[in-house]
Amino acid sequence: MLRIGKLPIALFAGFIIIFPWVAGKVPAIGNYTDIMVFVGIYCLITIGLGLLMGYAGQISVGQAAFYGIGAYVSAILTTRYGLNPWFCMFIAVLVTGTIAFLVGTPSLKLKGHYLAMATLAFGIIVFIIFNEEIQWTGGPDGMADIPGLSIFGFELDSIEKYFYLVWGFVFVILIFTINVIQSDAGRALRAIHTSEAAANSMGVNVSKFKVLVFVYSAILASLAGSLYAHYLNFINPSTFDLFFSIKLLIMIALGGMYNIWGAIIGAGIITFLSYEWLHYFEEFEVIVYGAILLVVTIFLPNGLVGLPGMLKELFVRQKSNE
Amino acid sequence: MNDTTAENILEVQGVVMAFGGLMALFKPDFKVKRGIIKAIIGPNGAGKTTLFNIITGFFTPTEGTVRFKGRSIKKFKTHEIAARGISRTFQTVELFGNMTVLENVMLGCHTRVPTSFMASGFRLPGAKRKEEEMRDRALNILKFIGLADKFEEPADNLPLGQQKMLEIGRALATEPELICLDEPAAGLNETETYVASSLIKAINAKGITVLLVEHDMKVIMNISDEIVVLNYGQKIAEGTPEAIRDNSTVIEAYLGSEA
Ligand SMILES: Nc1ncnc2c1ncn2[C@@H]1O[C@H](COP(=O)(O)OP(=O)(O)O)[C@@H](O)[C@H]1O
Ligand SMILES: [Mg+2]
Repeated sequence: MLRIGKLPIALFAGFIIIFPWVAGKVPAIGNYTDIMVFVGIYCLITIGLGLLMGYAGQISVGQAAFYGIGAYVSAILTTRYGLNPWFCMFIAVLVTGTIAFLVGTPSLKLKGHYLAMATLAFGIIVFIIFNEEIQWTGGPDGMADIPGLSIFGFELDSIEKYFYLVWGFVFVILIFTINVIQSDAGRALRAIHTSEAAANSMGVNVSKFKVLVFVYSAILASLAGSLYAHYLNFINPSTFDLFFSIKLLIMIALGGMYNIWGAIIGAGIITFLSYEWLHYFEEFEVIVYGAILLVVTIFLPNGLVGLPGMLKELFVRQKSNE
Repeated sequence: MNDTTAENILEVQGVVMAFGGLMALFKPDFKVKRGIIKAIIGPNGAGKTTLFNIITGFFTPTEGTVRFKGRSIKKFKTHEIAARGISRTFQTVELFGNMTVLENVMLGCHTRVPTSFMASGFRLPGAKRKEEEMRDRALNILKFIGLADKFEEPADNLPLGQQKMLEIGRALATEPELICLDEPAAGLNETETYVASSLIKAINAKGITVLLVEHDMKVIMNISDEIVVLNYGQKIAEGTPEAIRDNSTVIEAYLGSEA
């Protein structure tokens, strides 16, 4: 909730800009640029989900479904109708935003965790549709030959080029979201998180704000889905299952939900764990995630970004005990 | 007495509020003249807070109407009622604890300054000026309630007396015509209570109508123009402080409830 300065953003941007170059020089991490493309895609989702959880105090267990809708709308419209991928991405955002509005409006009017219930059910239904509507989605076999992206005729045909595209998106969204957090809208969101009653009687339209943030988070997931589809050129339903929604929640919990950097750190760590460092665990991977979630909720309620503050407090207390 | 709506800012008529089998309110009809301080007193559980929750749109009454400036508030949600000019404080402090004192008051400015997600996200030119305008207004209010030097403190760090003042300040930021104060002096010591009643008088002097729920009879007798007495959700008396002091039904209700 601290003010986020320009310096951390600039440093982070510097890190991202030189990343592919460094990874290209060091053979041991040669594939990290590819993994970082996925980190960027997931960051788009976690930034929105973090805003929803940490600021509006709501949980969505259906982000994988919005991610999937983005991917499938892009895939279907480009492969079956040959439409321009950027246009399809935009249509996907409209479709996802509308669906999120329809799912969110009734459940966010009620107090309590109805949104978690509604999105859980929604996620399961959408997953079934991806599997069963074979004439549209290809069913469990998925959809292939999804075209890549190009900008003004310039093909984004290498991992490095796509890396910069995805992270360009991430930075635009990051700055937009930070602007929101640091404005009166962000203040209203924090107020809603502390006391809906007081926020309401101060003239804040609480249910409208909650729906707005939910729709925003769904739109970001949809964008991520489109970017994913055009990067891999292939999608199938298993990417968008309930477990992925839970994985996203673990990312937020690990990084910290009260700070936008938490969403990015969490996405980074969990993605590298699952793509690179957890291979030997195979099906026991799930246990590792369970353990992470357990440890974080017990010992690190504010996630990794809250760790320095916790250590500092511990240190001060030690000092005063001496 | 002349009963035109221009004179009465608030009219409570035939209001019944049932929670299951419990009648929290049963037709305690009364009117509030614009510009006065009207107190609502009564033993615990008499229905005072419930009445505030109805006036501010948190509860929809089982029966009856509340009219603000001559119009029924039935159709309006809480935030819309706030925008129309009714503000409130809470019996148990409901501040935004982890926000600063200044931010708490700035939040009250939401009724007067429209908020847009898009305009904020793209940091459109108006956004910065709007923020500064809100800040100035909030600082002025903090000066008025005597908390200007604490503007950067998290609200949770303030002592109870100042938290109660801050809640009033936050309510003032919405620029209300009617302010509903739910036990503003509860838990305060004598000095703090004196500060609170002076503040309420100062608010009233600005032309804001005050509806005051309070247990401290000294405060009530000193600052209110009229008093309504509730008992078990019903109105048992209404009048000037002098008339209420000598009313035998009131004395009985109070003594009865404490015996
Ligand atoms: N939300 C609610 N649900 C059920 N009963 C309630 C609710 N709010 C208040 N009551 C009941 O209504 C009665 C009046 O309460 P309240 O208005 O808080 O009294 P007061 O503020 O005068 O002390 C009490 O019996 C209380 O238990
Ligand atoms: Mg009460």
